[in-house]
Amino acid sequence: MQKTLFDKIWDAHVVKQVEAGPDVLYIDRHLIHEVTSPVAFLGLKTRRLKVFRPDKTTATPDHNVPTVDQHLSIKDELSRHQVEMLKRNCEEHGIIHYGLGTEGHGVVHIIGPEMGLTQPGMTIVCGDSHTSTHGAFGAIAFGIGTSEVEMVLASQCIMQPKPKKMRITVNGQLGKGVTAKDIALYIISKISTSGGTGHFIEYAGAAITNLTMEGRMTLCNLSIESGARGGMIAPDETTFNYMKGRKYVPQGSEWDKALAKWNELKSDEGAVFDTDYTFDAADIEPMITYGTNPGMGIGVTQNIPETKGMEGTDKVTYEKSLSYMGYAPGEKMAGKAIDFVFLGSCTNGRIEDFREFARFVKGKKKAPNVTAWLVPGSKQVENQIRAEGLVEILEAAGFELRQPGCSACLAMNDDKIPTGKYSVSTSNRNFEGRQGPGARTLLASPITAAAAAVTGVITDPRELLAP
Amino acid sequence: MPLPIENVDTDQIIPARFLKAVERKGFGDNLFRDWRYNADGSPKADFPLNMEKYSGRILVGGKNFGSGSSREHAAWAVYDYGFRVVVSSFFADIFKGNALNNGLLPVVVSPGFLKKIFDAIEKNPEATFTVNLEKQTFIIDQTNETESFEINPYKKHCLQNGLDDIDFLVEMKDEIAAFEAK
Ligand code: SF4
Repeated sequence: MQKTLFDKIWDAHVVKQVEAGPDVLYIDRHLIHEVTSPVAFLGLKTRRLKVFRPDKTTATPDHNVPTVDQHLSIKDELSRHQVEMLKRNCEEHGIIHYGLGTEGHGVVHIIGPEMGLTQPGMTIVCGDSHTSTHGAFGAIAFGIGTSEVEMVLASQCIMQPKPKKMRITVNGQLGKGVTAKDIALYIISKISTSGGTGHFIEYAGAAITNLTMEGRMTLCNLSIESGARGGMIAPDETTFNYMKGRKYVPQGSEWDKALAKWNELKSDEGAVFDTDYTFDAADIEPMITYGTNPGMGIGVTQNIPETKGMEGTDKVTYEKSLSYMGYAPGEKMAGKAIDFVFLGSCTNGRIEDFREFARFVKGKKKAPNVTAWLVPGSKQVENQIRAEGLVEILEAAGFELRQPGCSACLAMNDDKIPTGKYSVSTSNRNFEGRQGPGARTLLASPITAAAAAVTGVITDPRELLAP
Repeated sequence: MPLPIENVDTDQIIPARFLKAVERKGFGDNLFRDWRYNADGSPKADFPLNMEKYSGRILVGGKNFGSGSSREHAAWAVYDYGFRVVVSSFFADIFKGNALNNGLLPVVVSPGFLKKIFDAIEKNPEATFTVNLEKQTFIIDQTNETESFEINPYKKHCLQNGLDDIDFLVEMKDEIAAFEAK
């Protein structure tokens, strides 16, 4: 029988099928961070268990960390405690830990691929929903809860019912100024934030295979925002070229062997998906969100949808959302004033995102009314930004670079957007209060964020791009 | 307890700034923090959890409950507040799994039945409901209207017997090691 890529990897990792229950799935790589792991370690302690396979586990603190003065001790006591606790737990159990300020440090979903921990055909989990990022390499990667983190620590396995399979094909070629982020926001606006629930997505089509690895990671990262457990893309030359020579990737003859295996990782011709969607890249504009979930996105030239035809809780929920944002149905998004711009997060905190942002703002000036936070996703990204001379370009345009971490993606560290302020953000969630109590988030690509940063208002980036 | 809002995300259930604890306890106080309290800490009178007329151990939410992050703290907060059942027409996957791992039963009903539940509470805030895990039914007591719900038989068995996956997996260690050797 023809199998999908997802089936092939999943089936190869089933240790046991529980009768009328979930599968016991073996996990190749477990990533942990400071927020969702302490209770799991506590659980192990209570049960008097050791970590079963510490060598398959890698840790880094990212959610709580400040993005300035990282050499100083963390000011917030609770944050500091969580970060220290992670380090201690790792020491106790012999887990590799990339601490703050070290070369390997960064947002967990950035450092995995960067160090080659993420490889095709693997099963990868982390107590964090955006683990879906790693699917860009043709891996099954998904976020788990803390009880499940404990399961993996204790047994390197997890109990999971097998999800359904969805294929999303994006044909054609992306227009000027349109990026992977826009594809993702476009898809979620079409299938909604629950459209993918119960499913694992495989992305296909020319617009997808033409994406760089960074773009693929952005797209897979946002799979979770459609409700899907994860998203994946079959590995190809682009994948292998990105991986070659990275720290944890097989080297020499091992690489050739691995490559032969990885080349097999694709859905068979005629394999059946439970759900299939097809979109055309030509229909996708630079996107921006106007509401309080990632599905509330439109092309940057469009108007906020009217409430006509909505009723009941649909309408109440929609109106509540717009009133939080301070917007009204029918209004035009372009031209609206903004206060903050955030470039960063596991969605758009990679080197390519900084290159695009820098290329866009080169020779322009940051608008005086805008506060911009530019936060690399990892130490390695930060180093590369410096090595490539991007810092000079950014600084000449009035921007400064911060240090790596989750930063303003979630209001857990010092980088919080003040109440009522508008933030054009390259992150992944525009929920109420996500960037700080009362903060208003507009999700967009790095290029659209750059356009807003230099004009001070929501702007179609295509207007400022050289032809 | 009715919460007729759709897409209630985990950032609303428990905002990120309350995720700094390193133990499982005490999250109920901050359940729905920013919907429940004003910035000065005073309760918002129009939020259901603050209305005296509502009480109970069943939380009834709008469609797509629990979307967003994988934070299990969301399930802990709902449980810690005192709820034992959450009803909706649709749950986000990770939340559902987290709930089941913490003795919180997610009950999926049809959109039509969900509306009936909300209507029943609106008509009579003291309306009562019966959840029968064994028979997998949800009953509006006043009208006797019943809907059955699904639950994975394995998870049902775990919930009924207080078993957990970790014990199960730890018992399997040899099998897992054998799998690794393959
Ligand atoms: S950058 Fe944001 S979404 Fe990504 S891991 Fe950090 S907090 Fe989560």
